[in-house]
Amino acid sequence: MSHSQRRLPQDPQIRALVQAMSQRSYSRRSVLSVAGALGLTGLLAACGTGGSSTQAAPSIKDISETDPTVNWANWTLYLDYDDEKKTYPTLDAFTKKTGIAVNYREDIDGNDTYYGKVQGQLRAGQDIGQDIVTLTDWMAGRIIRQGYVQELDLANIPNSANLLPSLKEVDFDPGRKHSLTWQSGYAGIAWNKKAFPKGLKSVEDLWDPKLKGRVTVLDEMRDTIGLLMMQNGVDIAGQWGESEFGAATDVLRENIDNGQIRQVKGNSYKEDFVSGDAIAGIVWSGDIVQMNFENDDQWEFVLPEAGGTLWSDNLMVPVASPRKANAEKLMDFYYDPAVAAEVAAYVNYICPVVGAKEEMEKIDPELVSNPLIFPTDADLAKAHVFRSLEADEETTLNSEFQSAIGA
Amino acid sequence: MTLMTRKGIADLRSREEIRAERRKGRTGVYLIAPGMLVLALFFALPVLVLLAMSLYVKPEGAEIGEFVPGFEIGNYATVLAAYWPELLRSFGFALIATVLALLIGFPMAYLVAVRLREKSLLQGILLVLLIAPFFSSFILRTQAWKQILADEGFIAQTLKFLAILPADGHLTATPIAVVAGLTYNFLPFMVLPIYANLGRLDTRLLEASGDLYASPMTSFFKVTLPMSAPGVFAGTLLTFIPAAGDYVNAALLGNNRNTTMIGQVIDSRFFKVIDYPGASALSFVLMVSILILVTIYIRRFGTEELM
Repeated sequence: MSHSQRRLPQDPQIRALVQAMSQRSYSRRSVLSVAGALGLTGLLAACGTGGSSTQAAPSIKDISETDPTVNWANWTLYLDYDDEKKTYPTLDAFTKKTGIAVNYREDIDGNDTYYGKVQGQLRAGQDIGQDIVTLTDWMAGRIIRQGYVQELDLANIPNSANLLPSLKEVDFDPGRKHSLTWQSGYAGIAWNKKAFPKGLKSVEDLWDPKLKGRVTVLDEMRDTIGLLMMQNGVDIAGQWGESEFGAATDVLRENIDNGQIRQVKGNSYKEDFVSGDAIAGIVWSGDIVQMNFENDDQWEFVLPEAGGTLWSDNLMVPVASPRKANAEKLMDFYYDPAVAAEVAAYVNYICPVVGAKEEMEKIDPELVSNPLIFPTDADLAKAHVFRSLEADEETTLNSEFQSAIGA
Repeated sequence: MTLMTRKGIADLRSREEIRAERRKGRTGVYLIAPGMLVLALFFALPVLVLLAMSLYVKPEGAEIGEFVPGFEIGNYATVLAAYWPELLRSFGFALIATVLALLIGFPMAYLVAVRLREKSLLQGILLVLLIAPFFSSFILRTQAWKQILADEGFIAQTLKFLAILPADGHLTATPIAVVAGLTYNFLPFMVLPIYANLGRLDTRLLEASGDLYASPMTSFFKVTLPMSAPGVFAGTLLTFIPAAGDYVNAALLGNNRNTTMIGQVIDSRFFKVIDYPGASALSFVLMVSILILVTIYIRRFGTEELM
């Protein structure tokens, strides 16, 4: 192999450096200037300028053939897990079937924090070390708009035809070219049945004096504010404006200030439910099912009368991932109804795969009638999707929400 | 003229001496260079980047996270107007935690360093116990406190039974829990410097003070405390500075509007709102405020040994 034909690294900055160094007549000055430029771009990248200034997708060579691995970043408790063997059964099945090893990481703790972590590298066109990331609709919309993900080749994912018809057309990814749904779920309300036997019907019921200081709400703006807006009679999918948003924020602020709401939290609200600090709150559907399974059925979840939010998390391939073909194979595998049913039986979120319901009959017939996995039409009518926000609007509203929750 | 004088002196010394002196000087420079380089690369440069970033502006119709270099002093006005209460609260919490840590930590350090000086085994055991918290994760310990202070936990229930805490009261998500967490987490940083200092305390001075009819109280204030001042000084700084910028305690034990500290605000501006200039401006304000407070403190109470 001749020197010039050596395979170049995929990272654009390192590639520039290697190219400069391998030029036949390189001088110390040319290397230094590249190194200087590198330092400078590194500096600018750290500054976080640019956002839409997406560079043309770098020509990434797919190395799936020679490197049979795939790296997948997902949320916690979001894939079937065998507690005894400490393995993920469906991942093992995938490896057995395709020979592709999976590095599965529960890396994502929040859409915002994950975006904050990787966006500098994505903008610079660098490989973030993940071939699949799993992000919620609105964040998926942001990174698709910013050009931080690769277009999927649906021909490599024949099972993608099994996607629920209602999820085929989404406003954040026109034509479903860049993403596939992993799981969907609701944000609704839940309460501890023993500590609060009366139960909840609407978001308003959370302001019961008996619950003072024992209410927790989600720090995901679209879920908490979405529920409050619906309580105020606003259609969150429609063209509402800042005043409707502001009215809901005021309700939130008032109830935090008067001590009714004790905590505003992400995933960690579950600990407060288990420790007893929280007895009611705005929560995610699948969590309650899992917590009930582990803690003797203590809680009950409902969609508020005025409606709950419906969200999905989506699988995407980041811009510089060199293993897109492997990632697509993995997506195809999980869109097999039998595999999807296996996952749904564990994670208890809404399964996006047609045919999984029939497969579930074989695994656990009881779960077939679980409306949190296979939703009824009545539930779906009550669940709404928060409309997409413009970049400017998102910053303003987010800022307002963050200051209302005191962060 | 000066040149002449210098030359005159040089003439008085042998060449050997001069060479040795130069070598010494150069060795010093070599020794100091790596440290300076690290400081320049990992402190000075980032601070400059931070300062530049805090002045960036958002262009018209920008995408989220898109900012261009600028000179927007207004960023500072905006964040200060919005977040001065959190800034003040951070310093308030840090101050209370530092005083509490001093009140709790000084007797501990005194016991181990002075009272147990003759009993080296017991002294060693207690010293290990003092350092033991460092063996486990800071986050994990704070998380554990959240369970200990939980509504259904022993402490909250007991306080309610004794009517110290109202029946509908709670401990987590209150300023009390946050200050308690800060005090607990930074206590070793207070105790260790004081311990190191009191370890050198000459007890004969206390005897002498007693011989001169000083009461134990007077001896403490006139002899022990002044002699341990450098330790107290280092301990208070090591507690106050990180406590003011801490956000783990505020996030885990507080996480309520009346417990928000500036670290949490910076985190949310940076990661959630994606307002890099705002977050940088707040970080810079925090750094400068700490620097000013510490300078005043050093000017007022600084001891020779530390300067």
